[in-house]
Amino acid sequence: MAKNSSRSRVATEINASSMADIAFLLLIFFLVTTTIDVDKGILVKLPPWSNEPPPEMKLNSRNVFSVLVNANNDLLVRKKPAELAKLRERAVEFITNPNGAPDLAERPTKAIISLKNDRGTGYETYLTVYNELKAAYNEIWDEEAKALGHPGYSDDLPLEVRRQIKLKIPMVLSEAEPTAFGDEK
Amino acid sequence: MPAISTASLPDIIFMLLFFFMVVTVMRESELKVKVLVPEATELTKLEQKSLVNYIYIGKPTAKNQGVYGTSPRLQLGDKISNINDIPLFLEQFKAGVPEVQRPRITSSIRVDGDVTMGIVQDVKTELRKQGQLRVNYSARQRTEDL
Repeated sequence: MAKNSSRSRVATEINASSMADIAFLLLIFFLVTTTIDVDKGILVKLPPWSNEPPPEMKLNSRNVFSVLVNANNDLLVRKKPAELAKLRERAVEFITNPNGAPDLAERPTKAIISLKNDRGTGYETYLTVYNELKAAYNEIWDEEAKALGHPGYSDDLPLEVRRQIKLKIPMVLSEAEPTAFGDEK
Repeated sequence: MPAISTASLPDIIFMLLFFFMVVTVMRESELKVKVLVPEATELTKLEQKSLVNYIYIGKPTAKNQGVYGTSPRLQLGDKISNINDIPLFLEQFKAGVPEVQRPRITSSIRVDGDVTMGIVQDVKTELRKQGQLRVNYSARQRTEDL
């Protein structure tokens, strides 16, 4: 008996030559099913639904930055045709109002960006416009973060700092119900 | 000439295997609509795939146009659906998520760039009615200026 068990401890090695084949097989399977591109997108918090019409609010027109996108994908900013490429710059100027102009926002906390589109507006245009408006806020938050001695605004900043920045410059982007122009039948 | 030792080959292959296993995202459903999401710059990465449900909007692919037509439709899970299927879809997804994590459920809306806002707006309205307010408009990274 003793002799027998000592022989099994010396033990024949497991033949591992097929290991590579098995691993290859699995590797090829995962290679084929892999989609490396990570899911990214613009994170949005929608307003809760309410059946009552929103209360009429008296707003000083200097504090409202209205953006309209029509069914032809044309842009109307503060009642004047505008270019998409200048939107971000103008939004930043509107919110911060560095020179205290009388027709731009009184204070960043009072600034409201209002976005309205038609049902026929292209999604690509809509998303680009939304992206530019969000970029404007990100740019301002970035400046704020730098002023507070951080490398820049990102999700890596402590929650407390982010909250402080957002309290100073809250993002108010109100989306109106779209008009029915240009809807697909 | 002595044969090259292949003893370390399995180890190398295993290393590759583990790499691909970790980065793999299984394709969860076959797409029946054509979706090419627009480009944007202010992107957030979707965290925790188990808390994300996907809504696709686009024109049906050539294979499906005979059945579903050519106007934009939405796809929930693996089938083409209507707006009023959304509540059930969200409810079913919620049921599979532990209760403490439910407030963090995100809807990833993957919309083709050529679709008009009408159908997107209807989906948004329905999501708001259902209290599903965390939404991610899927987009690709834009590299050049506007």
